Amino acid sequence: MSKILVFSELAGEHVKTVTMEILGKMDGLHADVAVVGDLPQAALDDLAKYGAQNIHCLKGDNLEKYSPEGYAAALKTLIDEHGYDYVFAGSTSMGKDLLPRVAGMCDAGMATEVTNFTMDGGTFAGTRPFFAGKCLAKVEVQGPKPHFVTVRPNALGLNDSTTAGAGTKSEVAVSTGDLKAIIKEIVKGASNKLDLTEANIIVSGGRALKSAENFKILDEMANVLGATVGASRAAVDSGYATHDMQVGQTGKTVAPTLYIACGISGAIQHLAGMRTSKVIVAINTDPDAPIFTKADYGIVGDLFQIVPLLTEEFKKVL
Amino acid sequence: MTDYNYAPEQVEIREAALKFAKNEMLPRAGEFDQKQELPLEILTKAWELGLVNTCIPTEYGGAGFSTLDAVIISESLAYGCMGMNTAIMANDLALLPIALFGSDEQKKRFLTPFTESYKIASFCLTEPEQGSDAASIKTTLKKDGDDYILNGQKMWITNAGYADLFVVYATIDPSLKHKGITACVVEKGTKGIEIGKAEHKMGHRCSDTRAMNFNNVRIPAENILMKAGSGWEIAKKTLDHSRPLVAASALGGAQCAFDHAIKYAKERKQFGKPLAKHQAIQFMLADMAIKLENSRNLVHKAAWLLDEGKENTKIASFAKAYAADSCMEITTDAVQIFGGYGYSVEYPVEKLMRDAKLIQIYEGTSQIQRLIIAREILN
Amino acid sequence: MNIFVCVKQVPDTETKVVPTGDGSYIETNSIKWILNPYDEFAVEQALQVKAANSGSTITVVRVGGVKDTEALRTAMAMGADEAILIEAGDNVDSYMTAKAIKGAIEKSGKNPDLILTGKQAIDDDCLQVPQLLAQMLGMPSVSVVVGFEQDGDGYVLKREIEGGAIEVYSANSPAVVACNKGLNTPRYPSLPGIIKAKRKPMEKWTLSDVGVADSDRRVNYSNFQLPPEKPPGKKFEAMDEGVQASVVSEVVNLLRTEAKVI
Repeated sequence: MSKILVFSELAGEHVKTVTMEILGKMDGLHADVAVVGDLPQAALDDLAKYGAQNIHCLKGDNLEKYSPEGYAAALKTLIDEHGYDYVFAGSTSMGKDLLPRVAGMCDAGMATEVTNFTMDGGTFAGTRPFFAGKCLAKVEVQGPKPHFVTVRPNALGLNDSTTAGAGTKSEVAVSTGDLKAIIKEIVKGASNKLDLTEANIIVSGGRALKSAENFKILDEMANVLGATVGASRAAVDSGYATHDMQVGQTGKTVAPTLYIACGISGAIQHLAGMRTSKVIVAINTDPDAPIFTKADYGIVGDLFQIVPLLTEEFKKVL
Repeated sequence: MTDYNYAPEQVEIREAALKFAKNEMLPRAGEFDQKQELPLEILTKAWELGLVNTCIPTEYGGAGFSTLDAVIISESLAYGCMGMNTAIMANDLALLPIALFGSDEQKKRFLTPFTESYKIASFCLTEPEQGSDAASIKTTLKKDGDDYILNGQKMWITNAGYADLFVVYATIDPSLKHKGITACVVEKGTKGIEIGKAEHKMGHRCSDTRAMNFNNVRIPAENILMKAGSGWEIAKKTLDHSRPLVAASALGGAQCAFDHAIKYAKERKQFGKPLAKHQAIQFMLADMAIKLENSRNLVHKAAWLLDEGKENTKIASFAKAYAADSCMEITTDAVQIFGGYGYSVEYPVEKLMRDAKLIQIYEGTSQIQRLIIAREILN
Repeated sequence: MNIFVCVKQVPDTETKVVPTGDGSYIETNSIKWILNPYDEFAVEQALQVKAANSGSTITVVRVGGVKDTEALRTAMAMGADEAILIEAGDNVDSYMTAKAIKGAIEKSGKNPDLILTGKQAIDDDCLQVPQLLAQMLGMPSVSVVVGFEQDGDGYVLKREIEGGAIEVYSANSPAVVACNKGLNTPRYPSLPGIIKAKRKPMEKWTLSDVGVADSDRRVNYSNFQLPPEKPPGKKFEAMDEGVQASVVSEVVNLLRTEAKVI
């Protein structure tokens, strides 16, 4: 049977969700998990719940902070000891940077950014996007083992019916050798929101907001989502929002992953500015508003009631 | 039979010029049009990238572009803004006579400085009373010892308010008609140059256009191009080079309008389907596309003939007349396709329609072009 | 200093993507090829480093098809001094690419002080070559770089991670640096630059010239197809206060599990 290792990282008291998503796909395959450093009990419990067999905590000098060379050396030590067939990780900032180096150390191949995969007969076959998602392709790895795979967070979803694993924790001593690049300091992210044209999530308001004051409820939702706030031309012309917030043919063209249009009717001039958004949510009291023809999820309702409810719900799940 | 393909370097030149036009010129074209302000920053940047003064030969510090290279650049920059391109092309209109007919000393003195920093030139032919009838210009050059004294009025001079150099056509004797016409070079700051106020125009509003007075301006002999009386020949040969450039400008502006129209027609829906699915609109777009292709081929051929050392006067006139007239038609149709929105200043096409009009007028009106063509074909 | 910049030639972002009949790749006939946008930041950074270190040379390296050489010519028009093209089909994977670049750098006889790349190629987003290359050459690598400074013999590099936070690295020279948007403002190729580029040296080598064989292939892509159509939008009635909470809850759940955007 294939020996599988999933590399993970902590996010607060838990490991990153993508680890559980991957484990969920490995149901029945008894995958091991590796982290650098220690894990709180809550994280260990989660991993066991999603099927982790052995949980290796890699410890050694020079590992308090991330370094590609240090973490790669640590992981390689573990891989050599156990002879894994596959090493998986989420394609997080760390995963994207670390795993190719380890693959290089093993002279091995790596499939990156997969959005789905199967392990039929213990052999990996994945699906990944090409050309910014304009098409999909099958990806397979060959050559020396282990084979490496990074998986896009949120692509697999969680499998809540995974069989629990033993979740046996072990500590593994590793040495990193000399590091040629190390982190001197970490600077927290600035609280400035991304520009509309770069934002991943946008919350936009229309004339139905009725005043500049009312845009505050959109700000609140945006804060929870890490989104940038935009506006329709009607809102800008009425003085509820400033021109630099305008999305549309005579404003900015945006391409976020998620666009939430609140009280926007969806005139073509607005649509022209945001129609390449990946997912569109619309809230409007008029069931015939044109925006609903473009929305993936439409809510026919009063934004002054719906938006605060959404904000609360987002707070719960994020 | 010529190859219709651009050489690989020409493809790159076009890409580079178009990239500049789309990123630097197009987004701000409306702003400078409304402010009626010359965008010096953008023009300087164009100069830094080698997009300006395409007529200067390598011996004098220029890039040594062929005419075909130059029209490719002109078309690309006009895509960004016809008005800004008018300001850019005015340098070539002024410097071409020097590049083609100046002495080695004159070329070093006048052309080389233009390759060392961004400088602006004006070409001065038209007068308040003499437009199409250029041979009847009244600005005089009277001999005074070894020098000449320049006196007269010029009208509609592009870049006048900013020019470092003026290339002026005047006559040593009005009764000699074209045989008296003489080209001379006047440097900024010379005593007697009087520059009027900037004109408010329908289009090319970012371009600086003014009336000028030359009031007893002293012209040293070494500032006369060739000799007295050779100005008409100089002008005609210059036009063979500059008409393709101007035609290319019309082409670039028309292409921009067409691209806007296509995009809008695919998005805007009426009667349940996109405009692009309505035959009336399809026919308009088809006619626009035919005119663009024809314009491009004429511009290309007019430039190619010159580069091959062949006569191109007739084809250059075809190109200028056809490209300018087509640009007017194409930009007008673009506004039509945009409907009410096309009429609004918030949308880009009304500016293109306003800009198109001038190209039918300057560098030889569409009517003058037809006179030239008739003369050529009836000979 | 010997500076190497690794570039890729990719389809323009406006390209209409059509899988070939057999799904082996996409139709490439009417593709407009451009220099990978992230690589522009790498070329620009190389130019700035060269300006600050007189006597430096910039060599641009590309692994790919020979039909069009836009990427290398653009880089040289921006100011790179020479180019190496390693001829290969569309089908080389990241491992082969990294190994080929390593081979080319060694074959060039120039000892690299700095290797710059873009953080990813926008056609396949594989995100492996910088780290693979660094590993193969025994160098440190830092990716997603938004800040670059020379510090004595080494480099101080700012790496952008999740949440907009910045890891500040101190790296020894030589190093591989994968550049992100925001590092600098890439200059336009000037027309004189385009003309000069024609006369700049470009070496053309095969994969075997640089020590890469078919047996080096590690990854296979197949079955290229268009993504499934987006399902029609779902509409929920929520004027009635009674249903609002459950509608909101369901929509958020769908955003998480179905749309997978949060």
